[in-house]
Amino acid sequence: MTEYIVLSAILFTIGCVGVLVRRNAIVVFMCIELMLNACNLSLVTFSRQHGNLDGQIAAFFVMVVAAAEVVVGLAIIMTIFRTRRSASVDDASLLKY
Amino acid sequence: MTFWILAPVMVLAALGILFVRKAVHAAMLLAVVMISLAVLYAVLEAPFLFAVQIIVYTGAILMLFLFVLMLVGVDASDSVVETIKGQRVLATLGGLALGVILVVALAQTALGAAVGLEEANSGGNIQGIANILFSRWVFAFEVTSALLITAALGAMVLAHRERIAPRETQADRAARRMRDYAERGTHVGPLPPPGVFARSNAVDTAALLPDGTAAEASVSRVLAARGTVRSAPTDDVEELQRQIGDPATQPERAGKDGSAASTEEDQA
Repeated sequence: MTEYIVLSAILFTIGCVGVLVRRNAIVVFMCIELMLNACNLSLVTFSRQHGNLDGQIAAFFVMVVAAAEVVVGLAIIMTIFRTRRSASVDDASLLKY
Repeated sequence: MTFWILAPVMVLAALGILFVRKAVHAAMLLAVVMISLAVLYAVLEAPFLFAVQIIVYTGAILMLFLFVLMLVGVDASDSVVETIKGQRVLATLGGLALGVILVVALAQTALGAAVGLEEANSGGNIQGIANILFSRWVFAFEVTSALLITAALGAMVLAHRERIAPRETQADRAARRMRDYAERGTHVGPLPPPGVFARSNAVDTAALLPDGTAAEASVSRVLAARGTVRSAPTDDVEELQRQIGDPATQPERAGKDGSAASTEEDQA
């Protein structure tokens, strides 16, 4: 079962780097989804490892929260895009000054 | 076996998300990762999550991403300019460090033999999940409904656009047109259609005025802004004349040649 956890760790790392490197807010969001998915994989793997369905329930809740989060997050990106015509995370910097 | 086929595909697709320029391609690669994950769930004895992963993630969430990409503009690509100096290198180094630490730590742990879910899934996976979900986790399940309602309301509030000015009706537009005509002498009637007197009748070709110049108003402003308007100006006509030879004598000669050729064919 270790290989599944290693894959999950690799996917999580890639998602992390993506959030730090990419500038497009939508792609940053996709990388967050990738990290959530990687965590789900480890939850399901440990569920099988321990012969217990609680891990699958946790993964299910993560999916529900991810769905809600994506709805609100994409609505925020749309609102920002509507006012400043840009989906780049660098352009929304008014609070800095 | 399934794992060793899917794992390289997933890692490559996930790495692709980091490197592709266009957001749409990133969404497609994310779809690859998610569908592969769903298959891995099926391998890991979680058929319910297999279905939920495909329906919720690939079906709903990725479609939402694609819709937003369509609204934002499909060709909205990432800028490669670094706003913080050295951030990309530092992020990559930090990511590599995190990955190495995680993988090394995992390599040193022994998970032992997997118990497997045969016993837990003995009455069916969905029944097993329902038994736990509606007994031990029932409160969390009900709080989820509040979360979903809040998310739906939040999305509606954020995506709602308040109408600042009253809606412009057809009567308003007609009155404005006549006012513009009275004050500035602008054209009252409809705009000229594209392609009139031009070589092509396509919408992206401007109509030609009697003096041979292109009528700017005949092509859509959207096409003009994109820069995809084709021109059918006089130099095109000259190019055509060069191709077919002298325009003064060409039509007559072509007619004669054509008739001669047909008679020859008839004789043959």
